[in-house]
Amino acid sequence: MFKEMNDLFQWAWLIPFLPFLSFLLIALVTKRSKRLSSTISILAILTSLGLAIGIGIGVIQSGSQVVENPVLTTVNWLSIAGLQIDFGTLIDPMSAMMLFVVTLVASMVQIYSIGYMHGDPGFSRYYAFQSLFAASMLGMVLATNLLQLFIFWELVGLCSYLLIGFWFFKVSAREAAKKAFITTRVGDFGLLLGILFLYNQFGTLDFYGPGSLSVQMATSFQDFALIGGVSYLTVMAVLVFIGPIGKSGQFPLHVWLPDAMEGPTPVSALIHAATMVVAGVYLVARMFFLFDNASPFALQLVAGMGAFTAIFAATIAIAQDDIKRILAYSTLSQLGYMMFALGVGSLTASMFHLMTHAFFKALMFLGAGSVIHALHEKQNIWDMGGLWKKMPITGTTFFIGVLAISGIPPFAGFFSKDEILAAALHNGHPVIFAVGLFTAFLTAFYMSRLFFVAFMGKEKPENHPHESPWVMTLPLIILAFFSIVGGWVALPEHNFGYFVHYGEFHHEGIDWTIASISILAGVLGIGLAYITYVTRAIKAENVVARFPGVYKLLKNKYYIDEIYLWFIHKVMDGIVAKVLYWFDLYIIDGIVNGLAFLTRGSGRVLRKTTTGQLQTYALVFFFAVVVIYIVFALGEGQLSTLNPAAMLGGVK
Amino acid sequence: MSTLALQPEVGSLILPLALLAPILAALVIVFLPKEEGKTIKLVAALGTLTSLLLSLYVFFAYDRSLAGMQFNLTIPLIPDIGVNLAFGVDGISIPMLLLTNLIAFTAVYSSWNIDNRVKEFFVLLLILVAGVMGTFIARDLFIFFLFYEIVVIPIYIMVIIWGSTKRVSKEYAGMKLTIYLLIGSAFLLVAMVSIWVNATNQFAAMGQGPTFMFDQLARLQYDETFQIIIFGLLTFGFGSLISMFPFHSWSPDGYAGAPTAVSMIHAGVLKKIGGYGLIRLGLLCFPIGAKFWAPVIAVLALVNVLYAAFIALAQKDLKYVVGYSSVSHMGYVLIAIAALNVTSVTGAVAMMFAHGVMSALFFSMIGFIYEKTHTRNVVELGGLAHQMPRLAVGFLIAGMAGLGLPGTVNFIGEFTIFIGTVKTLPVHAIVGVAGIIITAVYSLRLIANVLFGPRRKEWDHLKDLHGPELVPLVILVFVIIITGVFPNTVLQLIDTGVHSSGLAKVLEVVTQAKIGGLF
Amino acid sequence: MSISVGLGSYLLVGAMLFCLGLYGVFVKRNIIAILMSIELMLNAVNINFVAFSRFAPWADPGTNPLIGQVAAIFVIVVAAAEIAVGLALVIAIYRNRRTTNVDEFNWLKW
Repeated sequence: MFKEMNDLFQWAWLIPFLPFLSFLLIALVTKRSKRLSSTISILAILTSLGLAIGIGIGVIQSGSQVVENPVLTTVNWLSIAGLQIDFGTLIDPMSAMMLFVVTLVASMVQIYSIGYMHGDPGFSRYYAFQSLFAASMLGMVLATNLLQLFIFWELVGLCSYLLIGFWFFKVSAREAAKKAFITTRVGDFGLLLGILFLYNQFGTLDFYGPGSLSVQMATSFQDFALIGGVSYLTVMAVLVFIGPIGKSGQFPLHVWLPDAMEGPTPVSALIHAATMVVAGVYLVARMFFLFDNASPFALQLVAGMGAFTAIFAATIAIAQDDIKRILAYSTLSQLGYMMFALGVGSLTASMFHLMTHAFFKALMFLGAGSVIHALHEKQNIWDMGGLWKKMPITGTTFFIGVLAISGIPPFAGFFSKDEILAAALHNGHPVIFAVGLFTAFLTAFYMSRLFFVAFMGKEKPENHPHESPWVMTLPLIILAFFSIVGGWVALPEHNFGYFVHYGEFHHEGIDWTIASISILAGVLGIGLAYITYVTRAIKAENVVARFPGVYKLLKNKYYIDEIYLWFIHKVMDGIVAKVLYWFDLYIIDGIVNGLAFLTRGSGRVLRKTTTGQLQTYALVFFFAVVVIYIVFALGEGQLSTLNPAAMLGGVK
Repeated sequence: MSTLALQPEVGSLILPLALLAPILAALVIVFLPKEEGKTIKLVAALGTLTSLLLSLYVFFAYDRSLAGMQFNLTIPLIPDIGVNLAFGVDGISIPMLLLTNLIAFTAVYSSWNIDNRVKEFFVLLLILVAGVMGTFIARDLFIFFLFYEIVVIPIYIMVIIWGSTKRVSKEYAGMKLTIYLLIGSAFLLVAMVSIWVNATNQFAAMGQGPTFMFDQLARLQYDETFQIIIFGLLTFGFGSLISMFPFHSWSPDGYAGAPTAVSMIHAGVLKKIGGYGLIRLGLLCFPIGAKFWAPVIAVLALVNVLYAAFIALAQKDLKYVVGYSSVSHMGYVLIAIAALNVTSVTGAVAMMFAHGVMSALFFSMIGFIYEKTHTRNVVELGGLAHQMPRLAVGFLIAGMAGLGLPGTVNFIGEFTIFIGTVKTLPVHAIVGVAGIIITAVYSLRLIANVLFGPRRKEWDHLKDLHGPELVPLVILVFVIIITGVFPNTVLQLIDTGVHSSGLAKVLEVVTQAKIGGLF
Repeated sequence: MSISVGLGSYLLVGAMLFCLGLYGVFVKRNIIAILMSIELMLNAVNINFVAFSRFAPWADPGTNPLIGQVAAIFVIVVAAAEIAVGLALVIAIYRNRRTTNVDEFNWLKW
C-alpha cells in the first residue's frame, strides 16, 4: 500500500509544474486569445487540484507511516564547493493539506475571475500571473529545504507584486505593489540571514531526512551561547521569524497588507487572504523543530507577536469603512491568531485555523468582489445597504462566512478557533487566551457590522445591484460548503490532529467549557453589532463623539503608515540619501576634480618657464652644462646611485 | 637562453578565431562605403555572432571533468623577456568569455538605430569587443595587460562622439572614464614590472628563463613584504576598474555620458576585468598580500554596497540609478574576494556574470527608452508599460534581477557570495545582506515611476520594441532566467575553474595561516 | 723672460673668444648679431682644434695626421651652410614680422 502511494507521491512535482507550464503557454503563445488563456490556466489548476486530492487521499490511506516519515523526492539543483542544494517535493500531511487548500482556492478564484475580470484588457496577463502564482505557491508548499522554500517564497512575492499592481495605471495600485514588495523584503532580510547562518552551522538546509536540520537539532547538535547569553538556536529562530513577520503581516510589518487591496478582488481573496499571507505561518510550522529546540523565548516571541497583531488589527478593523480593508484587517488579525497558536505550541490548531480561514476568508473576499462588481467599484460599506435581497446567493454565502469567522458552531471557524484558545489556556498562557477571546469578540463585532451595514438595512436608491453570473456564484457556493463542513475534520476524536501535529499526538476532544465561552464571545459581538447597526439602540455616532481621540487613532491605523512614510521620506531620502549624494558629488568627486584642477594649475604655472625666448633657453642650457660638469668633476660616479634599474632591484 | 622557452603549442584555434572575428568584421567595415549603414550593422552583427557561437561551443565543449586550461594556443612572442601569445580558458574565464560575446552581440543590436558616423562607431565597437575578449582568454600577464590597454582608446572616442551630455558634459565623462582607467593601468604596470623582475630572479635561481605566464607566476613563492606591496598596487589598479569606493566616481558619470553600447559593454564586462584580475592574478599569486588587504577591501566593499545604494535613491536620471547600482553590486564581488574562501570566490565570478547580463539588459532598455523619448529623467517618464509592453517586460526583469530575485542568476550569485562570506566575515555579511533592502527600494521605485502609472499622452506616438530591437531583450532575458533556474550550468563550471587553477588550495592554506606565520 | 706661445695661450684665446660669443648670444637683441656671435663661438672651437692638433704629443711629430685641422675646416664649411640657412630664416621672418628683434620671437611657446 505504502509503496504504491510512494510512487504517486513522486509525481507531486507535477502539481506546481502544470500551472507553470500554463504560465509559459499564456505568456509566450496564447496571450492574444483571452478565452484560450483562461481555459488553459483553469484546466491546469483543476488538474493540480485533482492531483492534490489524490495525494491527500494517499496520505490519509498511508496513515501513520507518512505522518512519521515525510516522503522526499529530490534532485540536485546546485552543487559547488561549500554549497549543496537539492530541489524536490516533500509529502507529509501538512503539505498535503496545504496543497489541497491552495489548489482549491486557486481554482475557485480562477473560475470566479472569468466573470470578475470579464472585459479587462489585461485578461490574459491576469491569468498568466495567476498561473505563475499558483505554481510558486505550490512549489513553496512542497519545498524540501529552506532555500527552495525561500526561492518560491520570493516568487510568490513577485506574483503578489504584479497582481497588486495589476491595474498599473492607478497610482495607488502602483504604490501599494511597491510597498508590499519592499515591506516583505525587510522581513526577507532576516530570513535570508537565518538561512545563511543555519547553512553555515549545519551544512544543510533540508527539513527532514538523514542529516537534515531537524535530525541534527534533535540528536547531535549542542546549542551554544551566541550573543549576550542568548543561545544560537534562539537567535536563528528569531531571524527566521522575521521573514514571516513580513510575509504574514505581523506587527510592525503589517502595513502592506491593507494597501494590497488595490489589486483585483479575486487576487485579494487568493493571495492576500487564503494562501500567500499564510506562507509565513506555514514556514514557522515547517521550522517548528527549530523553535522547539530553541529557548522558550523564541516561541514566546511568536506568541506575543501573534497575539498583539490579532488584537491590534481587530481594533483597527472596527473603524474602517472600506469593505476590502475591513476584510484585510480581519485577515491580519486571523494571521495573528494562527501565529500565536504556534507560539503556544499547538501546530495542529494553527494549521487547522489556516485551513478553515482560507475557506471562509476567500469566500468573504469573493463575496465582497461580487458586491463591488455589482455596484460598479463602490467599496464603502455606507454606500451599500439592503444587498441581501438583491443578491441572495452572495448575501447568504457571505453570512455563512461571517458566522464561520465569528466562531459559531457548527461552522468551520468555531472548531479551529476553539482549538487555538484551548491550546493557549492548556499550555499556560492565560493572558494570550484572554487576548484571543477578546479578539474573537471584536472579530464577531466588526464582521457583523460589515454584514449588517452592507447587506441589511435600507437599500440605496442610486444602486442597482444584481446577482452575479454563475461563474462567480458557483465558487461562492463551493467555498461556503467548505466553510460549513471544513471544521468537521476535527470530529470525532480530532482526526486532523492525528495527521498534522508536532511531537506526541494527544487525543483531545472539544473542551466544552472553553468552547461555550468562545461561543458566548462571538454571540456577544454579533449581538452588539445587531443592536448598534440594525436596531440602532446604541448610536455609533454617540460612541464616536464620546471617544473622538480613540476613534481618530483607530481610523488612522495608529498612524503607523505615517511614521514609516516620515522615516522613508524624511530620513532615508531626505537626509541619508541626499547627504551621501552630496558627499559623493562634492567630497569624492571634489577630490577627483581637485586633483585634476591641481594638475591643470601646476601645468599653467610651469608653462611660464617656456618663455619662447631663445636666449633664455640658451642661458639655462649653458648653466645646466656647467652644473653637470661641476658634479662630474667633484664626485666621479656619484650619479650612479640614481640608476633606476638598481633601485628596482632593491624592491624584493 | 632559457630552458622554459615554450614550444609553439597549437591545441585549438577556436579562441583566436573568436578573437579575430570582430577584428575581421571591423576590417571589412573599414572598406565599406559609409552610406551602407545597414550592411555595416549586419557585418558587425555577423562578426559578434561568430564569436558568440564560438564561445558557446567552448562553453559546451569544455571538458568539465578534465578541467584546467583548455583550448590552449601558445606562441612565444618575445622569448627574451618571456612574452607568449598564450590563449586558453578555464572555468573562471569561460563565463567571462561568454558574457563578453553575449553582450557584444546584443550591444550591436542595441545600437541598431544609430545613424551618426555608423562606420566609425561599429569599427570602434568591434575593436573594443576584441580587446575585452582578449583580456579574458589571455594566459599571459603581458598579453592581458596589452588587451586591457587596447580597450581604453575606443571607449574614450566613443564617449566623446556618440555620448550624451546631461549632468556632466560627455567630454568630461569620457575624460574621467579614460583617466581613471589609465591611472589604474599605471599602477598595474608598476606591479607587472615588479612581478616580472622578482619572478625572473626566482626563475634564474631555478635555471629557467623569464615568463609572464599566469600559471608559472603562480607557482612561485613571493616574500611577504613584496606580496603586500604588489597586492596593494593591484587593489588600487583593479579596484578603480571595478569601481571600488572611493575610486568609483567615474562609473555613474561615465555610464551616463556613454552611448548605450559602451554603457553595456563597460558595465557588463569591462568592469569585470577588475574582479577577474584580482582573482586570477591577485588571489592566485599573492595570497598573503590578499590576506593583508582583505579587511580593508571588505570594509570598502561594504561602503560600496550601502553607500552607492543610498545614493541611487537620490537619483533622477535612469542611467545614474543603474550606474550607482552597479557600483553597489560590485561591492558584493569585492566582499566575496575579501572573504577569501572557495564558495565566495565562486560566487564572485557568478555574480560578475549575473551582473553583466543584468546591467547590459538594463542599459539596453534604457537606451531604447532614451532613443524613443529623448529623456532619461525619471520624473518626465511614467506609464511606459501602456505604450511599450515588451520594453516594460525587459525593464521589469532587469530590475527584478537587479534586486536579486530568485529565479534570476543574480540571486544565485548573491546567495553563493553570502554563503561564503558568512563563514569568514559574518558581521560583514549581515551588513551586506541589509543592502538588499535598499536595492529593492530604488529598483522598485525606478520600475514604478518609469513603467507604471497613468497613461501619458505625450508618449502615445512611441512604438514598442520590434524587429532587431528585440534581440537584446530576448537573449539577455533568456540567459538571466535559464541560468537562474538551472544554476549548475554556470556555477559548476566556475567551481571546476576555482579548483583546477589551484585557487581552492591557495585559499585553504591562506585562511589557515596567520600573517607572517606560515611563510 | 721668454714669452713662449704654447698650448695654454691658444686655449686662453679660444676660451675668451667663446665667452665673447656666448655673451653676444645671451645679450644681443638683433638676430643677425646673434648669428655673428655664434660664428665667434664656432671659431673659438676651431682655434682649439688646431691648437690641440699642433701641440698634441704625437709619438712622432712627422706623423701628425692633421685631424684637428681637418675638423676645423669641416666646422668652417658647416658654419657657412648654417649661416646661409640662418640668414634665409631671418629674411623670411623679417618679411613676415617686420622685425629682427629676438625678444619678439616668442611664438614657439605653449
